[in-house]
Amino acid sequence: MSNETSKTMPSTRLRQTSAGEVTVDIRTPDLEINFGPQHPATHGVMRVLMRTDGELVTGAQPHLGYLHRCAEKIGENVEWLQYLPYTDRYDYLASMNNNLGYSLAVEALLGIEIPRRATLIRIICAELNRIGSHLVAFGTYGLDIGAFTPFLYCFREREWMMALFEKICGARLTYSYIRIGGVFNDAPPGWFEEVARFCDVFDEKWKEYVDLLLVNQIYVKRTAKVGVISREMALDFGLTGTMLRGSGIDWDLRRDMPYMCYGEIWRDGAFKIPVARGEMGELGDCWDRSWVRVMEMIESIKIVRWCLDHMVDGPVIGELPKTLKVPAGEAYVGIENPRGELGHYVVSDGGKVSIRTRVRGPSFCNLAVLEDTLPGALVGDAVAIIGSTDIVVGETDR
Amino acid sequence: MSTSSFLALAQAGTPVEVASGSNAFLEGLKAALGEHLPEWALWLGAAGAGVAIVMGLISVVAMFCVWLERKVAGHIQCRYGPMYTGWHGWLQSIADGVKLLLKEDMIPRDADRALFMLAPGLVLAAIVAAMTAFPLAPGVFFADLDLGVFFVIAMSSMTTIGVVMAGWASNSKWTVYGAMREAAQVVAYEIPLGVSLLVPVMVAGTMNLNEASAAQSDYLGMGWFLFKNPFMIPAFVLFFVAALAETKRAPFDLPEAESELVAGFMTEYSGIRWSFFFMEEYAAMFLMSAVAAVFFLGGFESPLTHFVGQAFGTELFVQGANGATELNLQALPYQAVAGLTLLVKTFAGIFLMMWLRWTLPRIRVDQVMTMGYKYLTPLALVCAVGAALWEAGKQALLG
Repeated sequence: MSNETSKTMPSTRLRQTSAGEVTVDIRTPDLEINFGPQHPATHGVMRVLMRTDGELVTGAQPHLGYLHRCAEKIGENVEWLQYLPYTDRYDYLASMNNNLGYSLAVEALLGIEIPRRATLIRIICAELNRIGSHLVAFGTYGLDIGAFTPFLYCFREREWMMALFEKICGARLTYSYIRIGGVFNDAPPGWFEEVARFCDVFDEKWKEYVDLLLVNQIYVKRTAKVGVISREMALDFGLTGTMLRGSGIDWDLRRDMPYMCYGEIWRDGAFKIPVARGEMGELGDCWDRSWVRVMEMIESIKIVRWCLDHMVDGPVIGELPKTLKVPAGEAYVGIENPRGELGHYVVSDGGKVSIRTRVRGPSFCNLAVLEDTLPGALVGDAVAIIGSTDIVVGETDR
Repeated sequence: MSTSSFLALAQAGTPVEVASGSNAFLEGLKAALGEHLPEWALWLGAAGAGVAIVMGLISVVAMFCVWLERKVAGHIQCRYGPMYTGWHGWLQSIADGVKLLLKEDMIPRDADRALFMLAPGLVLAAIVAAMTAFPLAPGVFFADLDLGVFFVIAMSSMTTIGVVMAGWASNSKWTVYGAMREAAQVVAYEIPLGVSLLVPVMVAGTMNLNEASAAQSDYLGMGWFLFKNPFMIPAFVLFFVAALAETKRAPFDLPEAESELVAGFMTEYSGIRWSFFFMEEYAAMFLMSAVAAVFFLGGFESPLTHFVGQAFGTELFVQGANGATELNLQALPYQAVAGLTLLVKTFAGIFLMMWLRWTLPRIRVDQVMTMGYKYLTPLALVCAVGAALWEAGKQALLG
């Protein structure tokens, strides 16, 4: 090329060599496009800076922080009990589980025993909330794929779940119901019967989602073999929860690092851990992850039923002082949130306020995988992949 | 709406052979004002009246379709849809229209202002022009074109130019995506759409919508083209799928794919300009559905139309005693029933499109292209060739 004097002709990409040959450079520069923060498919205010070549994504980088509310720092400034409402707000679709995680961590420091009835009510609430969270995840995933209706079918059941929570604690989204030492108050009369009814109805309704969306041929074509996360990749990125099980790794904290009485329920054989098998395409694709979510809802129903069957009478919260002083020490408790392992690390110097509160958010850790899965996908696939990681931006940014 | 009036004027004044009803406005105006006004003024008046009526029709159809869409969506999704404005929310579209008219007219600072403002008008103009060929009843239409269906397809695909223009002029990456998708999709699906429509055109032997409808009046009004040739049913399915893609309806709504491209080519539009795109979408649905109804599902013909026609007579215009064209009011029931029949068939198609939209997920962009080029186009060609051979064989055997 050195002895050729190539000159650029006025019409941009035409080049003429010294031999008189005219060549055309048909490459086009990649387009940098901001996917978010205001975009219908980012489920909040996340921004993915994507480099695209036509419809093809060639690079992607998630940017975080649009919903940062200093949650951890607040934990070091308010009293132990006062921090609980803040935990509601990081994964606002699974507030019960967040309350539970924080309460368990502080209880581990306190070294107190929780009344049996409170434990069972906690599990019922956590599992019902898992169902509600997965309903949102599955429904909004349908929205991402372009199916509007399953979303509202999911919300029909979620509405009932929220009504149940409203009856037990008065709130529909940010419950602050599970407290340090137990739960806020006992269930109102007839609540357990209604939960049982909900379980019966849900056992029928989940089949509708499967028929309408999960096995829909267009849905399968859109999600199978898309956004494949291999087993190795899942482990390397430290994925947890449905993302991990969607890649075929059998790991669930409820069984493998049991807290409360999940170990007892597991030994009773009351529930199974659904692990993806790559039925529709490759192991670890988007379809597998959504399948795991649907199957987990059914298992949650079984756990709720077990708790209802083994319900005991008694107090629901221990005697705790108004101003809690926690013995010096540190504790980490990880629980199985709908999105993965939600870990709370708290350090106390024996005072009224925590000296370090650290949250390991599952959405935040699962999000990292986007940078490796998005390149090579189409723009439509990118939406499917982001949706299948099921992030809640309130938690990634905290 | 200067562009639309121009097109419709060219349309109304076209030298293509015009049948009795098409110049009803012109005839009426001539009779009333012929002595006072020059010929061109009368033509202009007739064209204006035609455009006004077509615009009115499009607006009413779009409003009704928006309401219907919301109700259908609501009932599919276990809810009611609009309920507060009027009986079952029937005023909702009007309320929305007023809101859209009153909204601030926003044009992005870096947009190409001229093209940005022109694009919605162009889109609407194209669909208005296409609509002029739509017959309201056997004797009532704006333009009785011999190339009727060709004209409809050609004009409705003109909307693509407006869409691409809108996407480009908005100066946003998302809108360019939407525009490019629209262009690719329409080019891909124009072929199966046209070719599958060739099948009924061959069976009918005409492209004229009125004549095609009349050709299906045998067997007590049940001689629909759909039953006249074994290749018609696959051709109908192909036409319907291609029409879905052509009108940007789900599962082919990629140009405005909400979850992918925010709102596609309409992202930067708001207020009444945005509603023009909306009107175009529903008018295009209506038009495609009407073409399907005329060329596959018997058009005006049904047993009811047949018997009403026998009882009351069919011709709206008859030759009077002095040789002038006279209105035959006796035929009005027939005309009304025929028009309603076509409307019912058309709205059945629209309902099906809505039903699909609220049930199916969206197809990915490469799958849309694969489907158009690899499956629909060859299948449509097979249908066309098969139907041609069948018709030729029929003529050879039956004479």
